[in-house]
Amino acid sequence: MSGSRSVPTPSAEESPENRCVTGIEGLDNILGGGVPRGNMVLIAGGVGTGKTTLCLEYLVRGAEKNEKGLFISVTEASTKLLQNFATFEFFRPELVQHEMITIVDLPIIYDRLGLNREELKPGEVDILVRTIQDLVRESGARRVVIDSLTSVGFRVRSEEKARDFILKLGQAFSELGTTSLMVAEVGAVPGVHSLYGVEEAIVDGVVLLSNVRRRGDMLRVLQIIKMRGTVHSRAQYVIELTPIGMLLAPFLKGGRLETG
Amino acid sequence: MTRDSEIADRLRSYTSGGTVALRLSSQEYADNYLSALGLTVRDLGGESNAHTIYVSVTNPASLVWSLLQALDIPSGRLSFVDAISHLMMSFQNVLPNASYVESPTMLEGIMLRIEYLLRKHPNQRNMVIVDSVNSLAVHNSPEVLSEFFHILVNNLKTRAVLTVLFTTSDAEGSDLDRILSLVVDEAFSLGGGT
Repeated sequence: MSGSRSVPTPSAEESPENRCVTGIEGLDNILGGGVPRGNMVLIAGGVGTGKTTLCLEYLVRGAEKNEKGLFISVTEASTKLLQNFATFEFFRPELVQHEMITIVDLPIIYDRLGLNREELKPGEVDILVRTIQDLVRESGARRVVIDSLTSVGFRVRSEEKARDFILKLGQAFSELGTTSLMVAEVGAVPGVHSLYGVEEAIVDGVVLLSNVRRRGDMLRVLQIIKMRGTVHSRAQYVIELTPIGMLLAPFLKGGRLETG
Repeated sequence: MTRDSEIADRLRSYTSGGTVALRLSSQEYADNYLSALGLTVRDLGGESNAHTIYVSVTNPASLVWSLLQALDIPSGRLSFVDAISHLMMSFQNVLPNASYVESPTMLEGIMLRIEYLLRKHPNQRNMVIVDSVNSLAVHNSPEVLSEFFHILVNNLKTRAVLTVLFTTSDAEGSDLDRILSLVVDEAFSLGGGT
């Protein structure tokens, strides 16, 4: 249904080769064809808004087109994630078995690197970035997901180090030619899309997922807040997480003016 | 040729999609409703390679389903989008071929369930029945309803889907008339003229 509202048309410079087609049809439509390749995108949202599912589908659709994906899980064990993923028709376990999608538990990496302290030192941030870079290289991933950046941020513990971490990670991903999605857990504060508030300024794109209340109904809503390198819709879209993937429909305004 | 078969032929002519309204008289509602089900679910939906998506807003899907079964209307190629059972707390009989939307005010939810079902039946000739426009109007403002039908109907048209809107003619007001005139290609009054 997402094709029903006017959607930006890509310019000549925005050629399909320069696009990472997410494979989520409605999302690609409102992005004018997909995420510009090499972009680091924040997927920001509250609990239960569909962030992890969106990221999973992004990797699965990529794997179906022979683009390898890497899922770096920070909060949930990969075994539990796989159990959750199995509930979706679009997910096929063989994509993991055949290493088209690699799932890595970051806490295990922390242990192996000896990064057991609650707060990472500046040098350790560099080690973490290099390790993630190595994981991307070894897996051959063109698509990367970190779920979640917020959880990594809890160990970084300062705005300055968070900025440093994201800048270095973005640079590393850019060198490797990957297009990455970074999950950010956010509360209900309007206009805040990340833990420290600096993340959204550094990344190339922000996709906001939220629960919107309308006349007692709770709607899951997606909005592209920013996306460098493309003309994109800024409208809100209602989403549904179905067994066959995420579907989008225009958020009906019904003549109501909204603020904020 | 009877009036009903004339309408059935007209409906069949919408091979590349379109939107028609079937106006049911409130005085002869029961008879008209059965005719409408016969024309749509039985005659068109019963054809080979057809799939019907029945958006149920007036009565719970389970009620419509039992009615179809009682009428011996083959309903194997039928899926429901039920937007009223939640509101009516009517879950005695949950159907496996029904998808439940929490409230008729969640119009985007209805759109998304239709989208889902269309994607699940990509190679079939799909038809969407909305029962009814009047029931949706009870729960939604004319502004949001216009927006909903404008988006839904045009989207379905581009995908060559026939959309049939059930309306109760006596209950139509100027707002509903305006909405229908905006989206409907042709309107039929059951038991009456075009």
